[in-house]
Amino acid sequence: MTALRQLLRRPANRIHPLRGGVHPDDRKALAASAPITELPLPARLDLPLQQHIGASAAPLVRKGQRVAKGEPIARAQGAISAPLHAPTSGRVIAIAERPAHHPSGLAMPTISIEPDGEERWHPAITPCDDPFALDPAHIAERVAAAGVVGLGGATFPAAVKLNLGASHPLHTLVINGAECEPYLTCDDRLMRERAEAVIDGARIMAHALGVGGILVAIEDNKPEAAAAIETAAARFDAITLIRVPTRYPMGSERHLVQALTGRETPARALTAQLGVVVHNPATAFAVHQALRLGQPLIARALTLSGAAIARPANLWVPLGTAVETLIAHCGGLTEDDARLVSGGPMMGQPLPSHRAPTTKGCNAILALGAAERAPGRTMPCTRCGRCVEVCPCGLVPLELAAYIRAGDLEGAAERGLHDCLGCGSCAYTCPSQQPLAQYIAHAKGELAARARARRKQAETKALAEQRSARLEAIKRAKREAMARRKREAARKQAEQQTETEH
Amino acid sequence: MLAAILTLTTLGLALGGLLGLAAHHLKVEDDPVVEQVAALLPGSQCGQCGYPGCAPAAAAIAAGEAAVSCCPPGGRALAEALAELLGVEADLSAVDDQPPRLAHIDEARCVGCTKCLKRCPTDAILGANNMIHAVFPEACTGCGLCAAVCPTEGIEMRPERPTPQTWYWPRPEVAAR
Repeated sequence: MTALRQLLRRPANRIHPLRGGVHPDDRKALAASAPITELPLPARLDLPLQQHIGASAAPLVRKGQRVAKGEPIARAQGAISAPLHAPTSGRVIAIAERPAHHPSGLAMPTISIEPDGEERWHPAITPCDDPFALDPAHIAERVAAAGVVGLGGATFPAAVKLNLGASHPLHTLVINGAECEPYLTCDDRLMRERAEAVIDGARIMAHALGVGGILVAIEDNKPEAAAAIETAAARFDAITLIRVPTRYPMGSERHLVQALTGRETPARALTAQLGVVVHNPATAFAVHQALRLGQPLIARALTLSGAAIARPANLWVPLGTAVETLIAHCGGLTEDDARLVSGGPMMGQPLPSHRAPTTKGCNAILALGAAERAPGRTMPCTRCGRCVEVCPCGLVPLELAAYIRAGDLEGAAERGLHDCLGCGSCAYTCPSQQPLAQYIAHAKGELAARARARRKQAETKALAEQRSARLEAIKRAKREAMARRKREAARKQAEQQTETEH
Repeated sequence: MLAAILTLTTLGLALGGLLGLAAHHLKVEDDPVVEQVAALLPGSQCGQCGYPGCAPAAAAIAAGEAAVSCCPPGGRALAEALAELLGVEADLSAVDDQPPRLAHIDEARCVGCTKCLKRCPTDAILGANNMIHAVFPEACTGCGLCAAVCPTEGIEMRPERPTPQTWYWPRPEVAAR
């Protein structure tokens, strides 16, 4: 509570200093002036069963089944998971492995729907007049049932974060409208065009969390979005707009919280430990739609940009639309060897397949032309220390990379490998173009794979022990049964003998 | 002078004798390292290392006769754990070259004889008489005992394939230091 009072007392433009960070050319002008337009219904939608962090969803439909718009087609499995809904009415034409929206290009179980063009809504979809009359836990339940996940790219199930009030004393909800990645403008456009709905969603989330204060943080390179939010929020005293300086990675959850409160989130802890929960404006909009209209998450706003896109745009896209459909809608590619990236250029991942579907976590598709790509000639590290200066987490990337290159991943882990948020500032700033971010991503993946192998080994060892114990028990039971039969036979024989003697 | 020499000599002899007796009578029977090694091994008695089971293999590894990377089901994780326990340098090239394998049953060939599931040390095969059997990949250690007993050669040991959930970025290829 004191932290909130401190927040409210200080002038709104007082921002606490952050460590590191970079100022990449933001290139937002490519798409920032394009309003969000609705994509025409594609001929086919492919919905991978895993579009969120946590357990994969389990299909609820069969091949050939007709589905209505907004009908659940896969249910959540486990505490951290999210269901999937049909983005439009149509027919399930396949449930099979298809290329996933993933840098590996590997396949993932996917439900494919052929739209019938009727846009027939599922009858169970009912609007709710007053979400503020609902019990907070009930709001989280509805958000979970609507399949809403963090739409800033992390795709963590939103309902799990809305339940944090039960385990942490919370005082502030932060709406993270920083959108610090270059090129990305979909949050900017959403806040400009749907400010009322974003603010409404934020208020519903604050009600679910049981917090009194809402801070909307917007980088100062988006004055139109800030003005729209300020107008929409003017009626509500609890909402404060804060313009944060434009600096990458301002949109990182823990860094934004540090800029706003001056307090650093402990390593491997949640910002909830400081009493703050952070959500993206697109997530707030999805919560607004889920609660006010009863509509599940079946479409999202995303940015199509990059020098190799003929007409950069912001689109409202049904989940499952193929990336090539989006590119064709925007006039196709102007360069043959354009590199496709899902997300921003700093943290985004390359997309090997044009046929990959768009997913809940995809906030942008970039087609980078030759001029926008680093030449890619790696030179030896000169130990200039620029990566150390820009690392927002206070790590020493050149040292981490040296450990990883030498194969000593535990050594890298001891030096804070797991505190790295993967922002890529080090690789961006490296004059020798060392692939520092890839070293770190590789090491994190390798360590996770080893942990999985160790876990599996412990589990199979337990299985082997259980089996030998079971076989031993069976053997013992057989031996005992044999001995019992022998004893019985001996006793019977003795009885017969005594009878004959009589 | 003589007294001092005598005292020290007697003392030395007495203590030396005592140590000798202690070494003989209080001798530790089992090598504790063997037990520690055995605790790390998978315990599935698959015999792929060339020893008849995990206990003899543990003895051989502890004695330095077998390499720490000799256990295919244990893979890289086990080789590293053993190398750390024994304080030796692990040659991981052998385990790195061979990715973990998993049993795969060809349903067209399976006759439902149940031989494989009786042989599986980790109960990783599900099946019944005259029913097609199936492998739980989560429980399969890739020991290959099932493939050896299959009468129709319907079990193949396939390398484990990455999924989008388990895939991660490869190490960047760097020419320069």
